[in-house]
Amino acid sequence: MALEQDQVRKIASLARLQLDENQIADYQTNLSNILDLVDQLSAVDTSGIEPMAHPLDAVQRLRADVVTEENQREHFQKIAPAVDQGHYLVPRVVE
Amino acid sequence: MHNKTIAEISRDLASGEYSSTELTTDLLNRVKQLDGDINSFITVTDEQALAQAKAADERRAAGNADAWTGVPIAHKDIFCTNGVLTTCGSKMLSNFEAPYDATVVSKFNDAGAVSLGKLNMDEFAMGSSNESSFFGPVANPWDKERVPGGSSGGSAAAVAARLVPGATATDTGGSIRQPAALCGVTGLKPTYGRISRWGMIAYASSLDQAGTITRTAEDAALMMNVMAGFDPKDSTSVDREVPDYTSSLDNSIEGMTIGLPKEYFRDDLSADMQQQVRNAIAEYEKMGAKVKEISLPNTHLAIPAYYVIAPSECSANLSRMDGVRFGYRCEDPKDVEDLYCRSRGEGFGNEVKRRIMIGSYALSAGFYDAYYKKAQQVRRLIRNDFTNAFNDVDVIMGPVTPTPAFKRGEKTSDPVEMYLEDIFTIALNLAGLPGMSVPCGQVNNLPVGLQLIGNFFDEGRLLNAAHKFQQATDWHLKTPADI
Repeated sequence: MALEQDQVRKIASLARLQLDENQIADYQTNLSNILDLVDQLSAVDTSGIEPMAHPLDAVQRLRADVVTEENQREHFQKIAPAVDQGHYLVPRVVE
Repeated sequence: MHNKTIAEISRDLASGEYSSTELTTDLLNRVKQLDGDINSFITVTDEQALAQAKAADERRAAGNADAWTGVPIAHKDIFCTNGVLTTCGSKMLSNFEAPYDATVVSKFNDAGAVSLGKLNMDEFAMGSSNESSFFGPVANPWDKERVPGGSSGGSAAAVAARLVPGATATDTGGSIRQPAALCGVTGLKPTYGRISRWGMIAYASSLDQAGTITRTAEDAALMMNVMAGFDPKDSTSVDREVPDYTSSLDNSIEGMTIGLPKEYFRDDLSADMQQQVRNAIAEYEKMGAKVKEISLPNTHLAIPAYYVIAPSECSANLSRMDGVRFGYRCEDPKDVEDLYCRSRGEGFGNEVKRRIMIGSYALSAGFYDAYYKKAQQVRRLIRNDFTNAFNDVDVIMGPVTPTPAFKRGEKTSDPVEMYLEDIFTIALNLAGLPGMSVPCGQVNNLPVGLQLIGNFFDEGRLLNAAHKFQQATDWHLKTPADI
Protein backbone atom coordinates (compact mmCIF):
# COMPACT_ATOMS: atom_id res chain seq x y z
CA MET A 1 0.00 0.00 0.00
CA ALA A 2 1.49 3.32 -1.09
CA LEU A 3 1.17 6.27 1.29
CA GLU A 4 0.94 9.87 0.08
CA GLN A 5 3.41 12.39 1.49
CA ASP A 6 0.55 14.19 3.24
CA GLN A 7 -0.41 10.94 4.96
CA VAL A 8 3.16 10.61 6.21
CA ARG A 9 2.95 14.15 7.65
CA LYS A 10 -0.43 13.34 9.23
CA ILE A 11 0.86 10.14 10.88
CA ALA A 12 3.98 11.94 12.15
CA SER A 13 1.76 14.61 13.66
CA LEU A 14 -0.51 12.01 15.31
CA ALA A 15 2.61 10.36 16.78
CA ARG A 16 4.00 13.75 17.90
CA LEU A 17 7.16 13.32 15.84
CA GLN A 18 8.72 16.26 14.05
CA LEU A 19 10.26 15.05 10.78
CA ASP A 20 12.67 17.00 8.60
CA GLU A 21 10.84 17.98 5.42
CA ASN A 22 13.70 16.55 3.33
CA GLN A 23 13.20 13.12 4.95
CA ILE A 24 9.50 12.82 4.09
CA ALA A 25 10.17 11.09 0.76
CA ASP A 26 12.34 8.44 2.45
CA TYR A 27 9.70 7.79 5.09
CA GLN A 28 7.08 7.60 2.36
CA THR A 29 9.03 4.87 0.55
CA ASN A 30 10.01 2.90 3.63
CA LEU A 31 6.62 3.04 5.36
CA SER A 32 4.88 2.06 2.11
CA ASN A 33 7.20 -0.94 1.75
CA ILE A 34 6.46 -2.01 5.34
CA LEU A 35 2.72 -1.71 4.73
CA ASP A 36 3.12 -3.83 1.57
CA LEU A 37 4.80 -6.49 3.70
CA VAL A 38 2.02 -6.33 6.26
CA ASP A 39 -0.73 -6.47 3.63
CA GLN A 40 -0.04 -10.20 3.15
CA LEU A 41 -2.28 -10.61 6.20
CA SER A 42 -5.36 -9.40 4.35
CA ALA A 43 -5.35 -12.56 2.19
CA VAL A 44 -5.70 -14.85 5.22
CA ASP A 45 -9.11 -16.20 6.18
CA THR A 46 -9.42 -15.51 9.89
CA SER A 47 -13.17 -15.79 10.27
CA GLY A 48 -14.07 -17.27 13.64
CA ILE A 49 -10.50 -16.97 14.98
CA GLU A 50 -10.31 -15.32 18.36
CA PRO A 51 -7.59 -12.59 18.49
CA MET A 52 -4.72 -13.67 20.73
CA ALA A 53 -3.61 -11.01 23.20
CA HIS A 54 -1.49 -13.20 25.46
CA PRO A 55 0.39 -16.36 24.48
CA LEU A 56 -0.97 -18.24 27.50
CA ASP A 57 -4.38 -16.59 27.25
CA ALA A 58 -3.80 -15.20 30.73
CA VAL A 59 -6.18 -12.64 32.14
CA GLN A 60 -5.33 -9.51 34.09
CA ARG A 61 -4.33 -10.37 37.62
CA LEU A 62 -6.08 -8.44 40.39
CA ARG A 63 -4.65 -7.44 43.75
CA ALA A 64 -6.00 -5.91 46.93
CA ASP A 65 -6.54 -2.15 46.62
CA VAL A 66 -3.93 -1.13 49.14
CA VAL A 67 -1.04 1.32 48.94
CA THR A 68 2.21 -0.54 48.26
CA GLU A 69 4.45 2.24 46.97
CA GLU A 70 5.97 5.07 48.95
CA ASN A 71 5.97 8.59 47.62
CA GLN A 72 9.38 9.21 45.99
CA ARG A 73 8.64 12.47 44.21
CA GLU A 74 11.95 14.14 44.94
CA HIS A 75 13.90 11.05 43.95
CA PHE A 76 12.05 10.77 40.64
CA GLN A 77 12.19 14.50 39.90
CA LYS A 78 15.98 14.56 40.16
CA ILE A 79 16.17 13.22 36.60
CA ALA A 80 13.53 15.54 35.12
CA PRO A 81 14.55 18.17 32.54
CA ALA A 82 12.84 21.03 34.47
CA VAL A 83 11.02 21.09 37.81
CA ASP A 84 9.90 23.75 40.26
CA GLN A 85 8.49 23.24 43.76
CA GLY A 86 7.58 19.63 43.07
CA HIS A 87 6.03 20.32 39.67
CA TYR A 88 7.25 19.36 36.20
CA LEU A 89 7.75 22.48 34.10
CA VAL A 90 6.52 22.75 30.51
CA PRO A 91 5.93 25.84 28.33
CA ARG A 92 2.82 27.84 29.26
CA VAL A 93 -0.37 25.96 28.31
CA VAL A 94 -3.07 28.41 29.46
CA GLU A 95 -2.71 32.08 28.47
CA MET B 1 40.94 -16.17 33.49
CA HIS B 2 38.84 -14.52 30.77
CA ASN B 3 38.28 -17.85 28.98
CA LYS B 4 36.50 -19.35 31.96
CA THR B 5 32.78 -20.08 31.93
CA ILE B 6 30.46 -19.00 34.71
CA ALA B 7 30.41 -22.57 36.07
CA GLU B 8 34.23 -22.66 36.10
CA ILE B 9 34.50 -19.22 37.71
CA SER B 10 32.04 -20.25 40.40
CA ARG B 11 34.20 -23.29 41.21
CA ASP B 12 37.50 -21.36 41.01
CA LEU B 13 36.25 -18.64 43.35
CA ALA B 14 35.11 -21.31 45.79
CA SER B 15 38.47 -23.09 45.73
CA GLY B 16 40.41 -19.82 46.03
CA GLU B 17 42.09 -20.15 42.60
CA TYR B 18 41.66 -16.37 42.29
CA SER B 19 39.52 -13.72 43.94
CA SER B 20 36.56 -11.86 42.47
CA THR B 21 38.64 -8.68 42.70
CA GLU B 22 41.44 -10.23 40.62
CA LEU B 23 39.00 -11.55 38.03
CA THR B 24 37.00 -8.31 37.86
CA THR B 25 40.20 -6.26 37.47
CA ASP B 26 41.37 -8.58 34.69
CA LEU B 27 38.08 -8.32 32.78
CA LEU B 28 37.88 -4.54 33.20
CA ASN B 29 41.39 -4.30 31.73
CA ARG B 30 40.32 -6.44 28.79
CA VAL B 31 37.36 -4.17 28.20
CA LYS B 32 39.75 -1.19 28.13
CA GLN B 33 42.12 -2.95 25.72
CA LEU B 34 39.67 -4.58 23.34
CA ASP B 35 36.34 -2.79 23.44
CA GLY B 36 37.53 0.32 21.62
CA ASP B 37 37.23 -1.69 18.38
CA ILE B 38 34.16 -3.69 19.37
CA ASN B 39 32.04 -1.05 21.14
CA SER B 40 30.02 -3.62 23.07
CA PHE B 41 29.77 -1.50 26.23
CA ILE B 42 27.89 1.80 26.47
CA THR B 43 28.81 2.28 30.14
CA VAL B 44 31.55 0.54 32.11
CA THR B 45 30.88 0.75 35.85
CA ASP B 46 34.47 0.18 37.05
CA GLU B 47 34.07 1.57 40.54
CA GLN B 48 30.81 -0.18 41.37
CA ALA B 49 32.14 -3.43 39.89
CA LEU B 50 35.27 -3.34 42.03
CA ALA B 51 33.21 -2.44 45.11
CA GLN B 52 30.87 -5.37 44.42
CA ALA B 53 33.87 -7.68 43.89
CA LYS B 54 35.47 -6.55 47.16
CA ALA B 55 32.20 -7.08 49.04
CA ALA B 56 31.91 -10.55 47.44
CA ASP B 57 35.46 -11.47 48.49
CA GLU B 58 34.67 -10.32 52.04
CA ARG B 59 31.51 -12.42 52.15
CA ARG B 60 33.50 -15.40 50.96
CA ALA B 61 36.18 -14.82 53.60
CA ALA B 62 33.40 -14.76 56.21
CA GLY B 63 32.10 -18.10 54.92
CA ASN B 64 28.88 -16.72 53.41
CA ALA B 65 29.45 -17.36 49.71
CA ASP B 66 26.97 -18.90 47.25
CA ALA B 67 27.32 -20.07 43.65
CA TRP B 68 27.03 -16.53 42.27
CA THR B 69 29.10 -14.66 44.85
CA GLY B 70 31.62 -12.54 42.95
CA VAL B 71 30.80 -13.85 39.45
CA PRO B 72 30.97 -11.06 36.82
CA ILE B 73 28.25 -10.39 34.26
CA ALA B 74 26.98 -7.35 32.35
CA HIS B 75 23.50 -6.11 31.55
CA LYS B 76 21.95 -5.12 28.26
CA ASP B 77 21.32 -1.38 28.50
CA ILE B 78 17.56 -1.98 28.38
CA PHE B 79 17.50 -2.99 32.07
CA CYS B 80 17.12 -0.12 34.53
CA THR B 81 20.04 0.19 36.94
CA ASN B 82 19.60 2.49 39.91
CA GLY B 83 21.76 5.62 39.58
CA VAL B 84 23.54 4.23 36.51
CA LEU B 85 23.02 5.48 32.96
CA THR B 86 20.31 3.40 31.22
CA THR B 87 20.10 4.49 27.59
CA CYS B 88 18.31 1.74 25.67
CA GLY B 89 20.71 2.69 22.86
CA SER B 90 18.89 5.98 22.30
CA LYS B 91 19.67 9.69 22.33
CA MET B 92 16.25 9.99 24.01
CA LEU B 93 17.63 8.33 27.16
CA SER B 94 21.27 9.39 26.73
CA ASN B 95 21.06 11.29 30.06
CA PHE B 96 18.73 8.88 31.88
CA GLU B 97 20.04 7.55 35.17
CA ALA B 98 17.33 5.10 36.18
CA PRO B 99 15.84 5.80 39.63
CA TYR B 100 15.44 2.08 40.42
CA ASP B 101 16.74 -1.40 39.57
CA ALA B 102 14.93 -3.77 37.21
CA THR B 103 13.86 -7.01 38.92
CA VAL B 104 16.44 -8.92 36.85
CA VAL B 105 19.18 -6.53 38.02
CA SER B 106 18.07 -6.79 41.67
CA LYS B 107 18.11 -10.57 41.44
CA PHE B 108 21.73 -10.64 40.24
CA ASN B 109 22.73 -8.06 42.86
CA ASP B 110 21.02 -10.12 45.57
CA ALA B 111 22.78 -13.26 44.32
CA GLY B 112 26.11 -11.48 44.80
CA ALA B 113 27.07 -11.13 41.12
CA VAL B 114 29.36 -8.33 39.94
CA SER B 115 28.09 -6.12 37.10
CA LEU B 116 30.78 -4.72 34.79
CA GLY B 117 28.39 -2.30 33.11
CA LYS B 118 25.78 -1.78 30.43
CA LEU B 119 25.87 -3.28 26.96
CA ASN B 120 25.20 -1.73 23.58
CA MET B 121 22.02 -2.55 21.65
CA ASP B 122 19.85 -1.40 18.78
CA GLU B 123 17.86 1.68 19.74
CA PHE B 124 14.92 0.58 21.94
CA ALA B 125 15.71 -3.01 20.82
CA MET B 126 14.53 -2.28 17.29
CA GLY B 127 16.98 -3.80 14.87
CA SER B 128 18.83 -6.93 13.80
CA SER B 129 22.35 -5.56 13.31
CA ASN B 130 23.07 -3.20 16.22
CA GLU B 131 23.49 -0.41 13.65
CA SER B 132 20.59 1.66 15.01
CA SER B 133 22.31 2.41 18.34
CA PHE B 134 22.85 6.11 19.10
CA PHE B 135 26.16 5.00 20.64
CA GLY B 136 27.52 3.59 17.39
CA PRO B 137 27.49 0.14 15.84
CA VAL B 138 28.99 -2.92 17.55
CA ALA B 139 31.61 -4.93 15.65
CA ASN B 140 31.34 -8.70 15.38
CA PRO B 141 34.49 -10.08 17.10
CA TRP B 142 34.77 -12.75 14.34
CA ASP B 143 35.09 -10.09 11.63
CA LYS B 144 34.98 -6.48 12.68
CA GLU B 145 33.58 -5.34 9.31
CA ARG B 146 30.50 -7.40 10.08
CA VAL B 147 27.51 -6.87 12.35
CA PRO B 148 27.06 -8.85 15.58
CA GLY B 149 23.30 -9.09 15.00
CA GLY B 150 20.73 -7.34 17.14
CA SER B 151 19.17 -6.07 19.09
CA SER B 152 21.31 -7.67 21.86
CA GLY B 153 24.46 -7.15 19.75
CA GLY B 154 26.53 -5.77 22.64
CA SER B 155 25.64 -8.75 24.86
CA ALA B 156 26.61 -11.28 22.17
CA ALA B 157 29.80 -9.46 21.10
CA ALA B 158 31.00 -8.98 24.70
CA VAL B 159 30.57 -12.69 25.48
CA ALA B 160 32.15 -13.73 22.15
CA ALA B 161 35.14 -11.43 22.81
CA ARG B 162 35.55 -12.95 26.29
CA LEU B 163 35.03 -9.58 27.95
CA VAL B 164 32.42 -11.09 30.27
CA PRO B 165 31.33 -14.72 30.74
CA GLY B 166 27.60 -14.00 30.59
CA ALA B 167 25.21 -11.19 29.82
CA THR B 168 21.54 -10.43 30.19
CA ALA B 169 19.64 -9.77 26.96
CA THR B 170 16.10 -9.46 25.65
CA ASP B 171 14.27 -11.03 22.72
CA THR B 172 11.16 -9.54 21.10
CA GLY B 173 11.55 -11.04 17.60
CA GLY B 174 14.92 -12.80 17.72
CA SER B 175 17.06 -10.28 19.58
CA ILE B 176 18.81 -12.92 21.71
CA ARG B 177 18.98 -15.87 19.30
CA GLN B 178 20.07 -14.01 16.16
CA PRO B 179 23.07 -12.15 17.69
CA ALA B 180 24.04 -15.31 19.61
CA ALA B 181 24.08 -17.19 16.28
CA LEU B 182 26.08 -14.51 14.46
CA CYS B 183 28.65 -14.26 17.28
CA GLY B 184 29.03 -18.00 17.98
CA VAL B 185 27.66 -17.94 21.52
CA THR B 186 24.71 -19.55 23.32
CA GLY B 187 21.44 -17.63 23.63
CA LEU B 188 18.26 -18.52 25.52
CA LYS B 189 14.91 -16.79 25.10
CA PRO B 190 12.57 -18.22 27.76
CA THR B 191 8.79 -18.64 27.67
CA TYR B 192 6.85 -15.37 27.72
CA GLY B 193 6.18 -14.54 31.39
CA ARG B 194 8.99 -16.73 32.80
CA ILE B 195 11.19 -13.74 33.74
CA SER B 196 9.98 -10.41 35.07
CA ARG B 197 9.79 -7.53 32.62
CA TRP B 198 9.68 -4.98 35.46
CA GLY B 199 12.32 -2.32 34.86
CA MET B 200 13.04 -3.67 31.38
CA ILE B 201 12.29 -0.77 29.05
CA ALA B 202 9.23 -1.84 27.07
CA TYR B 203 9.24 -2.19 23.29
CA ALA B 204 6.38 -4.61 22.50
CA SER B 205 4.98 -5.76 25.82
CA SER B 206 3.17 -8.89 24.62
CA LEU B 207 6.39 -10.18 23.00
CA ASP B 208 9.33 -8.84 25.07
CA GLN B 209 11.14 -11.42 27.17
CA ALA B 210 14.44 -11.31 29.05
CA GLY B 211 16.99 -14.07 28.65
CA THR B 212 20.65 -14.93 28.58
CA ILE B 213 23.74 -14.88 26.39
CA THR B 214 26.56 -17.14 27.58
CA ARG B 215 29.24 -19.42 26.17
CA THR B 216 27.55 -22.65 27.29
CA ALA B 217 24.11 -24.08 28.00
CA GLU B 218 25.27 -24.90 31.52
CA ASP B 219 25.93 -21.18 32.12
CA ALA B 220 22.53 -20.30 30.69
CA ALA B 221 20.99 -22.70 33.24
CA LEU B 222 22.92 -20.99 36.04
CA MET B 223 21.69 -17.56 34.91
CA MET B 224 18.12 -18.85 34.58
CA ASN B 225 18.27 -20.08 38.17
CA VAL B 226 18.77 -16.44 39.19
CA MET B 227 16.44 -14.72 36.72
CA ALA B 228 13.33 -16.92 36.40
CA GLY B 229 10.31 -16.57 38.63
CA PHE B 230 7.09 -14.78 39.39
CA ASP B 231 7.14 -11.04 40.05
CA PRO B 232 3.99 -9.32 41.32
CA LYS B 233 5.30 -6.07 39.81
CA ASP B 234 4.95 -7.49 36.26
CA SER B 235 1.28 -8.11 35.47
CA THR B 236 2.18 -10.61 32.73
CA SER B 237 4.65 -12.56 34.86
CA VAL B 238 3.58 -16.18 35.31
CA ASP B 239 3.19 -17.64 38.81
CA ARG B 240 4.65 -21.06 38.34
CA GLU B 241 7.31 -23.08 40.10
CA VAL B 242 10.91 -22.59 38.92
CA PRO B 243 12.93 -25.79 38.58
CA ASP B 244 16.69 -25.99 39.17
CA TYR B 245 17.70 -25.70 35.52
CA THR B 246 21.07 -27.35 36.14
CA SER B 247 19.46 -30.55 37.47
CA SER B 248 18.25 -31.78 34.07
CA LEU B 249 21.32 -30.82 31.99
CA ASP B 250 22.76 -34.33 31.90
CA ASN B 251 19.53 -36.23 31.21
CA SER B 252 19.75 -38.70 28.35
CA ILE B 253 18.18 -37.60 25.10
CA GLU B 254 17.77 -41.15 23.87
CA GLY B 255 14.34 -41.35 22.28
CA MET B 256 13.78 -37.59 22.17
CA THR B 257 11.78 -36.63 19.06
CA ILE B 258 13.06 -33.67 17.06
CA GLY B 259 10.70 -31.93 14.66
CA LEU B 260 12.19 -30.34 11.55
CA PRO B 261 9.76 -27.80 10.05
CA LYS B 262 9.92 -28.12 6.28
CA GLU B 263 9.25 -24.37 6.01
CA TYR B 264 12.63 -23.70 7.69
CA PHE B 265 14.66 -25.61 5.09
CA ARG B 266 13.61 -23.96 1.85
CA ASP B 267 15.53 -22.00 -0.80
CA ASP B 268 15.94 -18.92 1.38
CA LEU B 269 18.42 -20.98 3.42
CA SER B 270 21.69 -21.41 1.51
CA ALA B 271 23.10 -24.89 0.92
CA ASP B 272 26.07 -24.09 3.20
CA MET B 273 23.81 -23.09 6.07
CA GLN B 274 21.53 -26.12 5.52
CA GLN B 275 24.56 -28.39 5.71
CA GLN B 276 25.71 -27.05 9.08
CA VAL B 277 22.24 -27.38 10.58
CA ARG B 278 21.77 -30.89 9.16
CA ASN B 279 25.16 -31.94 10.54
CA ALA B 280 23.99 -30.84 13.98
CA ILE B 281 20.75 -32.82 13.63
CA ALA B 282 22.84 -35.87 12.62
CA GLU B 283 24.81 -35.42 15.84
CA TYR B 284 21.54 -35.67 17.78
CA GLU B 285 20.59 -38.82 15.88
CA LYS B 286 23.93 -40.34 16.94
CA MET B 287 22.90 -39.61 20.53
CA GLY B 288 19.69 -41.55 20.05
CA ALA B 289 17.21 -38.82 19.11
CA LYS B 290 14.57 -39.45 16.48
CA VAL B 291 13.84 -36.98 13.69
CA LYS B 292 10.46 -36.24 12.18
CA GLU B 293 9.54 -33.77 9.46
CA ILE B 294 6.77 -31.41 10.53
CA SER B 295 4.95 -28.45 9.02
CA LEU B 296 4.35 -24.99 10.47
CA PRO B 297 2.14 -23.81 7.61
CA ASN B 298 1.69 -20.20 8.76
CA THR B 299 5.42 -19.47 9.07
CA HIS B 300 5.34 -16.98 6.17
CA LEU B 301 2.80 -14.85 8.07
CA ALA B 302 4.97 -14.35 11.14
CA ILE B 303 6.90 -11.33 9.86
CA PRO B 304 3.79 -9.51 8.55
CA ALA B 305 1.91 -10.15 11.83
CA TYR B 306 4.91 -9.06 13.88
CA TYR B 307 5.24 -5.77 11.97
CA VAL B 308 1.70 -4.86 12.98
CA ILE B 309 1.77 -6.04 16.59
CA ALA B 310 5.24 -4.86 17.62
CA PRO B 311 4.96 -1.34 16.09
CA SER B 312 1.45 -0.92 17.52
CA GLU B 313 2.63 -1.78 21.02
CA CYS B 314 5.78 0.32 20.63
CA SER B 315 3.81 3.37 19.52
CA ALA B 316 1.89 3.15 22.81
CA ASN B 317 4.90 2.27 25.01
CA LEU B 318 7.16 4.98 23.61
CA SER B 319 4.57 7.70 24.11
CA ARG B 320 6.00 8.06 27.62
CA MET B 321 9.15 9.54 26.07
CA ASP B 322 7.81 13.07 25.81
CA GLY B 323 10.55 15.31 27.20
CA VAL B 324 8.61 16.12 30.38
CA ARG B 325 9.57 13.80 33.23
CA PHE B 326 12.87 12.27 32.16
CA GLY B 327 15.17 11.87 29.18
CA TYR B 328 15.96 14.20 26.31
CA ARG B 329 14.25 17.58 25.96
CA CYS B 330 14.66 19.87 22.94
CA GLU B 331 16.09 23.40 23.31
CA ASP B 332 13.68 26.34 23.79
CA PRO B 333 10.31 24.74 23.03
CA LYS B 334 7.84 27.41 22.00
CA ASP B 335 4.80 25.55 23.34
CA VAL B 336 3.88 22.11 24.70
CA GLU B 337 3.16 20.70 21.24
CA ASP B 338 6.58 21.84 20.06
CA LEU B 339 8.15 20.34 23.20
CA TYR B 340 6.65 16.91 22.44
CA CYS B 341 7.23 16.92 18.68
CA ARG B 342 10.80 18.20 18.68
CA SER B 343 11.95 16.24 21.76
CA ARG B 344 10.68 13.06 20.10
CA GLY B 345 11.75 14.06 16.58
CA GLU B 346 15.30 14.85 17.75
CA GLY B 347 15.52 12.14 20.42
CA PHE B 348 14.47 9.08 18.38
CA GLY B 349 16.42 7.61 15.46
CA ASN B 350 14.91 6.73 12.08
CA GLU B 351 14.04 3.08 12.73
CA VAL B 352 12.26 3.92 15.98
CA LYS B 353 10.33 6.70 14.24
CA ARG B 354 9.33 4.34 11.43
CA ARG B 355 7.96 1.77 13.86
CA ILE B 356 6.12 4.36 15.95
CA MET B 357 4.52 5.68 12.76
CA ILE B 358 3.51 2.24 11.49
CA GLY B 359 1.96 1.57 14.89
CA SER B 360 0.18 4.91 15.03
CA TYR B 361 -1.21 4.26 11.56
CA ALA B 362 -2.32 0.68 12.34
CA LEU B 363 -4.09 1.81 15.50
CA SER B 364 -5.67 4.94 14.03
CA ALA B 365 -9.44 5.25 13.73
CA GLY B 366 -10.94 2.91 11.15
CA PHE B 367 -7.85 0.72 10.69
CA TYR B 368 -7.85 -1.25 13.95
CA ASP B 369 -9.76 -4.29 12.64
CA ALA B 370 -7.82 -4.49 9.38
CA TYR B 371 -4.43 -4.39 11.06
CA TYR B 372 -4.18 -5.04 14.80
CA LYS B 373 -7.15 -7.38 15.21
CA LYS B 374 -6.21 -9.25 12.03
CA ALA B 375 -2.61 -9.63 13.21
CA GLN B 376 -3.76 -10.94 16.60
CA GLN B 377 -5.93 -13.52 14.84
CA VAL B 378 -3.03 -14.62 12.65
CA ARG B 379 -0.94 -14.79 15.80
CA ARG B 380 -3.27 -17.45 17.15
CA LEU B 381 -2.94 -19.44 13.90
CA ILE B 382 0.85 -19.30 14.31
CA ARG B 383 0.66 -20.47 17.90
CA ASN B 384 -1.72 -23.28 16.91
CA ASP B 385 0.87 -24.48 14.37
CA PHE B 386 3.33 -24.97 17.21
CA THR B 387 0.76 -26.46 19.59
CA ASN B 388 -0.14 -29.06 16.95
CA ALA B 389 3.52 -29.81 16.26
CA PHE B 390 4.27 -30.39 19.94
CA ASN B 391 1.65 -33.15 20.01
CA ASP B 392 4.14 -35.21 18.00
CA VAL B 393 7.60 -33.93 18.87
CA ASP B 394 9.57 -32.91 21.98
CA VAL B 395 11.75 -30.20 20.47
CA ILE B 396 11.73 -28.35 17.15
CA MET B 397 15.04 -27.61 15.48
CA GLY B 398 16.16 -25.52 12.54
CA PRO B 399 18.39 -22.62 11.54
CA VAL B 400 18.45 -19.33 13.48
CA THR B 401 19.34 -17.07 10.55
CA PRO B 402 19.28 -17.35 6.75
CA THR B 403 22.97 -16.35 6.48
CA PRO B 404 26.02 -15.87 8.72
CA ALA B 405 26.94 -12.33 9.89
CA PHE B 406 26.56 -9.77 7.10
CA LYS B 407 28.63 -6.62 6.55
CA ARG B 408 27.82 -3.31 8.18
CA GLY B 409 25.72 -1.15 5.87
CA GLU B 410 24.64 -4.12 3.76
CA LYS B 411 20.99 -4.05 4.84
CA THR B 412 20.46 -0.52 6.14
CA SER B 413 18.96 1.03 3.01
CA ASP B 414 15.77 -1.06 3.00
CA PRO B 415 14.16 -1.76 6.39
CA VAL B 416 12.13 -4.66 4.98
CA GLU B 417 15.31 -6.49 3.97
CA MET B 418 16.56 -6.16 7.54
CA TYR B 419 13.21 -7.46 8.86
CA LEU B 420 13.56 -10.66 6.81
CA GLU B 421 16.71 -11.46 8.81
CA ASP B 422 14.34 -12.62 11.61
CA ILE B 423 12.35 -15.00 9.40
CA PHE B 424 13.17 -18.10 11.52
CA THR B 425 13.05 -16.48 14.95
CA ILE B 426 10.01 -14.22 15.02
CA ALA B 427 7.19 -16.83 15.04
CA LEU B 428 8.34 -18.13 18.37
CA ASN B 429 7.86 -14.71 20.03
CA LEU B 430 4.35 -14.46 18.62
CA ALA B 431 3.60 -17.91 20.05
CA GLY B 432 5.31 -17.07 23.39
CA LEU B 433 7.50 -20.18 23.28
CA PRO B 434 11.07 -20.63 24.56
CA GLY B 435 13.98 -20.98 22.13
CA MET B 436 17.73 -21.24 22.03
CA SER B 437 20.59 -20.60 19.66
CA VAL B 438 23.57 -22.91 19.97
CA PRO B 439 26.80 -22.68 17.92
CA CYS B 440 26.72 -25.62 15.47
CA GLY B 441 29.22 -24.92 12.69
CA GLN B 442 30.88 -22.31 10.51
CA VAL B 443 30.44 -20.96 7.01
CA ASN B 444 33.37 -18.89 5.63
CA ASN B 445 34.92 -18.86 9.11
CA LEU B 446 31.78 -17.26 10.55
CA PRO B 447 29.65 -18.97 13.21
CA VAL B 448 26.31 -20.61 12.44
CA GLY B 449 23.61 -21.21 15.03
CA LEU B 450 21.23 -24.12 15.55
CA GLN B 451 17.81 -23.10 16.82
CA LEU B 452 16.04 -25.21 19.42
CA ILE B 453 12.38 -24.46 20.08
CA GLY B 454 10.59 -25.92 23.08
CA ASN B 455 7.05 -26.19 24.35
CA PHE B 456 5.81 -23.68 26.96
CA PHE B 457 8.01 -23.70 30.10
CA ASP B 458 10.21 -26.44 28.65
CA GLU B 459 13.44 -24.45 29.11
CA GLY B 460 14.89 -27.35 31.10
CA ARG B 461 14.59 -29.69 28.13
CA LEU B 462 16.09 -27.13 25.74
CA LEU B 463 19.05 -26.58 28.07
CA ASN B 464 19.44 -30.34 28.40
CA ALA B 465 19.47 -30.81 24.60
CA ALA B 466 21.90 -27.90 24.14
CA HIS B 467 24.19 -29.14 26.90
CA LYS B 468 24.35 -32.65 25.44
CA PHE B 469 25.23 -31.18 22.05
CA GLN B 470 28.00 -29.12 23.64
CA GLN B 471 29.38 -32.21 25.35
CA ALA B 472 29.58 -33.94 21.98
CA THR B 473 30.89 -31.02 19.88
CA ASP B 474 33.28 -28.11 20.35
CA TRP B 475 31.68 -25.34 18.26
CA HIS B 476 30.87 -23.38 21.43
CA LEU B 477 34.58 -23.42 22.38
CA LYS B 478 35.75 -21.76 19.15
CA THR B 479 37.12 -18.28 19.71
CA PRO B 480 37.50 -15.39 17.25
CA ALA B 481 41.06 -15.18 15.84
CA ASP B 482 42.45 -12.07 17.53
CA ILE B 483 40.61 -12.47 20.84
